[in-house]
Amino acid sequence: MKIWIPQPLRSYTQQRSQVEANGATLAEVLADLDRRYPGIRFRMIDEQDGVRTHMKLFVNREQVDSLATSLHEGDEVHIFQALSGG
Amino acid sequence: MTSPATGPLALLVSTRKGLWLLHGDAARQRFTLDGPHFLGHVIHHAVFDCRDRRTLLVAARTGHLGPTVFRSTDIGRTWKEASRPAAFPKAPAGETGRVVDHGFWLEPAHASEPNCWYMGTSPEGLFRSEDGGDTWSSVTGFNDHPRNAEWTRKEDLGTPDGPILHSIQIDPRDPRHFYIAMSGIGGGVFETRDGGSDWKPLNAGCAINFAPIPDPEFGHDPHCVRLHPLAPDLLYQQNHCGIYRMRRAEGRWVRIGDNMPKDVGDIGFPIELHPRDPRTAWVFPMDGTDVWPRTSPDGKPAVYRTRDEGESWQRQDRGLPSDQAWFTVRRQAMAVDAHEPLGIYFGTTHGEVWGSANEGAEWSCLARHLPLIHAVEAAEFAT
Repeated sequence: MKIWIPQPLRSYTQQRSQVEANGATLAEVLADLDRRYPGIRFRMIDEQDGVRTHMKLFVNREQVDSLATSLHEGDEVHIFQALSGG
Repeated sequence: MTSPATGPLALLVSTRKGLWLLHGDAARQRFTLDGPHFLGHVIHHAVFDCRDRRTLLVAARTGHLGPTVFRSTDIGRTWKEASRPAAFPKAPAGETGRVVDHGFWLEPAHASEPNCWYMGTSPEGLFRSEDGGDTWSSVTGFNDHPRNAEWTRKEDLGTPDGPILHSIQIDPRDPRHFYIAMSGIGGGVFETRDGGSDWKPLNAGCAINFAPIPDPEFGHDPHCVRLHPLAPDLLYQQNHCGIYRMRRAEGRWVRIGDNMPKDVGDIGFPIELHPRDPRTAWVFPMDGTDVWPRTSPDGKPAVYRTRDEGESWQRQDRGLPSDQAWFTVRRQAMAVDAHEPLGIYFGTTHGEVWGSANEGAEWSCLARHLPLIHAVEAAEFAT
């Protein structure tokens, strides 16, 4: 499925803003994303599987906080850095 | 290093917005900026491996992205990110686990352990790498110590950037003997003699003017602790409550800051030692009066030096602004090189780097207009 990558994480994706990753849950997709682009997951997901404070994940344009969220073929995942600071 | 260095010198300047290398010429009179590296990253510490004289490690994060470590073995020309940054173990289901906010202090391990490093983090955690900083593991003897919750984990208390573990100081006689310090309510200086499996507080004699107990076992606020490699039983400490020295045979901290001029005081953050003279140290006093402005006292910045283990102090301000200069120098933002005569350097929260190539006798500004400086370290690269 399609994953949209925010600018601060594109150093991991060879500057690509849109990449592919697969999985039945958000956790699986992020694990697959990290296999393809090593190191990218830990910059947005902490060691307790929490989404870092200033990162936001959206599935089909709905914000999600749980990595257990189920995903289906054709779903779209957007990763954003939150608007914080000036 | 017991004999003076003669090779190329660079200062590693860690800032809130990236890393700069400040390369000195042979006379250490002209310095050239190289950078920014990692523009936009918050760099808390960049450290040179004095064992192989070529490796640099950098503790980084951004305002949005989590913490990581970058490594270079070619003086910063290329960098490689750690494949497993420092992280606390995953907590059991239903429990709240700790999360590393940022790496704060990097320290090469003992000379007999090449490629091994330690890292102190915020909140207070201790981590070890055995592969040159590529992968990091929790030092469970500290992070899971039965008393760890007493000593740490006050996430909302501590320094403005959070509670920190810092001042990892390795005994050159024994890789299993080292010290750490923590700034957070519950902190203090701690010591291990078994490689980090067990720990004991080491705070006797140190003042604590922000707690109702006069001489508690721990809970102090060390700002910076230094062990002298040529005299490992001699410790110096710049604390929230003054400047201290401990001779281990005495077993108590002695407030050598009482010998500072009273109108300057003995509050500050960094303390640096002369690599070839255990009796010589430098501090950068800050205004700790009233509401704790943490600026140069009276707007007149100065370094103070002792040559007798703190029994007396000499003001060193030649070349520094004489008035209306409100420097703040953080605990990692002062460094010495290993040349002869010794060079000493500090970075300010205003983004200036100041240096002296003659042991503090005269100062000049080496760089300005940088972002807020967290740390300055000297790197004596192999030729």
